[in-house]
This record gives sequence, structure tokens and C-alpha cells, in this order.
Amino acid sequence: MQTEPLQTPLHCPGTESEQAGRDSACEGCPNQEICQSRPKGPDPDIPLITEALKDIRHKVLILSGKGGVGKSTFTSLLAALIADAEVDKQFGMIDIDFCGPSLARIAGVPNEQCFGRDAKWTPVYAESNLGVMSISHMLPTTDQPVIWRGDKKTGLIKQFLTNVDWGEEGLDMLFVDTPPGTSDEHISLAQYLKPSGGYGALIVTTPQEVALQDVRKQIDFCQKAGIPIFGIVENMAGFVCPSCGGKSDIFVAGTGGGRALAEETGVPFLGSVPLDPRVGMCADSGKDFLTDYSASPATLAIKNVAVNLLTEMGIELPEYLEEPESAIEPAQQTVAV
Amino acid sequence: MDVKNIWLILSGKGGVGKSSTSSQVALTLASSGYKVGLLDIDITGPSIPHFFNLKSAKIHQSSAGWVPVYTDSSKNLGLMSIGFLQPDNTKSIVWRGPKKTAMIRQFLSDVVWGELDYLIIDTPPGTSDEHISIATELQSYQGNLGAILVTTPQEVAAADVRKELNFCKTVNFPILGVIENMSGYICPHCHDCTNIFSKGGGESLAKMYDVKFLGSVPLDPKLITVVEGGNFVTDYKTTDVANVYHKLLQNLVELK
Repeated sequence: MQTEPLQTPLHCPGTESEQAGRDSACEGCPNQEICQSRPKGPDPDIPLITEALKDIRHKVLILSGKGGVGKSTFTSLLAALIADAEVDKQFGMIDIDFCGPSLARIAGVPNEQCFGRDAKWTPVYAESNLGVMSISHMLPTTDQPVIWRGDKKTGLIKQFLTNVDWGEEGLDMLFVDTPPGTSDEHISLAQYLKPSGGYGALIVTTPQEVALQDVRKQIDFCQKAGIPIFGIVENMAGFVCPSCGGKSDIFVAGTGGGRALAEETGVPFLGSVPLDPRVGMCADSGKDFLTDYSASPATLAIKNVAVNLLTEMGIELPEYLEEPESAIEPAQQTVAV
Repeated sequence: MDVKNIWLILSGKGGVGKSSTSSQVALTLASSGYKVGLLDIDITGPSIPHFFNLKSAKIHQSSAGWVPVYTDSSKNLGLMSIGFLQPDNTKSIVWRGPKKTAMIRQFLSDVVWGELDYLIIDTPPGTSDEHISIATELQSYQGNLGAILVTTPQEVAAADVRKELNFCKTVNFPILGVIENMSGYICPHCHDCTNIFSKGGGESLAKMYDVKFLGSVPLDPKLITVVEGGNFVTDYKTTDVANVYHKLLQNLVELK
């Protein structure tokens, strides 16, 4: 993939080129030494990864340039919803945010350890048909920092893609939760998934411009890297006060929010999900928000996003998701927060 | 580098308000008369230009090096971010670790800050290339170095911030304290406070690691309005959180 560096010479051959660091244009570039010592050409492990991924039919990357917009929460809720709707199919989630892994906690399996079998890791199952693979399942204590540079992170991504035993039937869908930014993890993932196909990105944003500007960059990255985009989801849109029921926008969509960004970039808009404090509470305690608050506006909004996503992916909707429902919230579900 | 104090704004978690905290800390110090520099080392997601509404500002190259972007004519607050170096800041910067490291090294060596009382460094989330690089680069720094950790109240964020605290211990960054951001939201209709992202996570984290709890900062829609549409530098003092920060920083420094 060609990158657009700022400080590099005008005729930079690109970091992936055979000539990287050796070209005449590289003279005087501050990165010459780094480029020279890097291994050249495409990653030799790519055929192995492609072979390992052949039993995974669909791969959905959950991306956002911005941190804290709800990538892990959304990954977990979406996967649980789809897995619940298709009980006879197998689903998986992997968390490649190694320095700040949140997926295991949100999926309700924060302290489980994963075990190896036949030199492969067995994922931790959050549901009977939904496996989770995270670095949290490999650390001796959850407070231990993972102080890794890009190359080490790339190495573990490769292992997460090739070395997990998802069972004999493989997976119908694999959800990949990513860290914010457009760096090592994202570049590697794009390179590893490209040859096997059947993948695309779901982009999560919040309504305010400070998030949108990073998400715009993520979309630009996807276009440069050739990652198909299934659509944009706007999270934390609008807040309903539990005391008075008044609606207010905490994260103000000053520039039109996710919908305007979708129009501006020509990407499908999959829906908005309101900010419900109970989503975060459930994430902290590992409770199942979708079941406990099945009639809340947030649950219905997530269902709506799932339907739109599957439609964009060209997947037939499971019956469970086809029934239209209305947002009527029983009184006992309105808890004080 | 002629800098008396360097404060790193860190958090294991993204989106907790590191850039917002960095901007407010820098502005509060600068309005008290200190000479302040604000360096953004989030290379792939720089937010500092947005906070100061200076998205189209550009860095000038002088014979001595890069001249920071100043927020006003007093030149009390200078900013440096990769956002000021990009010709088109809607385009992504797709860089692996070594390039980010090279950029950070350049930021620390090639910027003509002049004399500074405080250099505030805004960081990306995590404990990876940027963090390892800045720790390495600052090893030889002789002034007062300290880290401020930002968290939001909920456990999902605090869990990542615990990792960051342990990172600080590993690389010997002294910890100045913990700030709990997005701590409660006051409904504009009924003025009831809702703890959207729960409550108390920052304080218990500080207690657990025996570091100072600097204070909690509520979600202030006024601040978001000022950042998103107004003039942050001149209108910040009209927000409720300006007072909160003024009080909070008095834990660390004398303010006017």
C-alpha cells in the first residue's frame, strides 16, 4: 500500500517497494535506514493467512479513526444480536486493540483464560455460538500493560487470524474490533485480508465534528487500502434524561453528524444509536443489554443497524430480525442512574 | 530545549478527552501568564488544530526550525501538531511505527518553542510506538517531568488507564495525578445530574495506585458548543468547566 508521507522525498518509492531505502531519492531521507533494514516485498505469510481464512465466510472490520466512540461495545452488541438470530451458525470476534483491549469485558468474559489445543488457541465462548479472542485472555493480570511497537502487534494479528481453532465448520462471520487510528494494525489487516476477500468495514462515529474529522480520515484510508465499506453507524446520538424525559444532544452534531458524513463520502448510512447510560453499565458488568432492555430505543436502533448491515452485505435476513417492533419501554425497565 | 516543566497527558483509552484536557490545561496555564507550548503527538488522529479552530493554519519553517502556531498576539500559547503540516487535513496519514517515531523525534528537536514554562504533550491512546518513543526521547530531559492520566468514570475506561499507570511506572514517568472526565451530565431541561458514564472510577483508581486525584470534570455542552462552533481561546472562560479546571490545576501550580 502506498502511503503519503510528509517528510519523505518527492520521489519516495514507497515503504513496500523493493527499492525502499536504496533508491537515489532516499538519500538524505530521515527514514532511509528504517526502510533499508525492513524485509522487502509482500509478507511471505499471506498465503498461510489466506488458507486459514477460507473457512470464514464473512469478515466485518469495525473501524473508526477516533477512540471511545463505541467500537468494542458496538462489535459486541452486533455480534451477539446476529449470533442470537442465527443459532445454528457459528460466529467469532477478535480484538486487535492489544494496548487497550475492551471487547472481552464488554462481552462478559473479562477474566477467562484461553487454552491451546493441537498448537491452536481455543476461543472463549460468550454465547454457545459466539467465540471471543482477545489479548485479555492471555495476560496473567488485567492491569499489565502491553508495551509493544507495531511489529509485535502485527505478529499477534497474524496469529489471531491463523492460529485460532474456531471449530470444524469454521465461521459464518468474524467481527474484528480494531484500535483507533490508521497505523500498523490497520495497514497489516488490510494486507492480510485482501487476498481472501469477503470482507468489509463498518465505520462507527459519534455526532460531533472532532470525531468526524478522524472518521473522515479512516474512510480515506479504506479507499486508499481498497477496503470495501459496508456503511457508517452514528453512536451516542442524542440523550434522553432519565429524570424528566427531556431530549438533549451531548455530543452536538454541529456539522450534520454521521448522516452528513455518509452523504459527503458516498457511503451508506446504517443508522443512529441513541446514548443510553445503561449500555455502558451493562458493558462494565458484562450484562446482556439486548436481552435485559429488549424494548429500549437503543436495542431497536441496533437491530435496525444489523438489518441494514446484512442487507448491504447481501446476506439474507434471519427471521428474527425481520419482525418490525416498536419502541415501547415497560416502566420497570426505567432504572435510576 | 529550554523548558521548565513537561506534562504528558496520557490515557490507555481513546475518546476520554485527552485532547480536550490538554487544550484546557494549556489554555488555563497560558491565561495565567505562563509561557506554554502544546505538542500533539497523535499522528494519525490529531485533534488539537480542531480544538483551537485553527484547522487551516500552517507551520512556518524558519532558519532555526519549525515555528509553532500561536493562538494570539501575546504568544503565550504555541501549538504544534501534524495537522498543521498536512496540505489537506481530510486525508489520512497511514504510517507504521518507525515513521511515527521519526516524526516525534523531529517534533522534539526541530520546533523553536523559545523559553517555555510548560510544555503539554497530548498523546494517542495505548502503550505503543508513540509512547515508547516519547519515553525514550525524554530520558535525557533535565526539567520537571510528570504525567496526568485522564479517564472517564466507567470500568471499561479505568481498566485501560490502569495499564497506562503501570506503563508510567515501567518507564519511570512521575504521575502528577488522575482527572476523571465526562463525570456526570446536567440535563438542560431539569438540571438533574445523570452519571452517563457512571461515577467515581477515577477517584478509586487514584486511591488504588496511591496517586493524587486531581478532580472530576462534568460533561459541559457549552464547552462542546464553544469548540465546535465558537472561539475556544476567547470564549472558554464563559464555560462552567473553565472554573473546574482552574481549581483542579491549583493542585499542581499557582494560578492567577
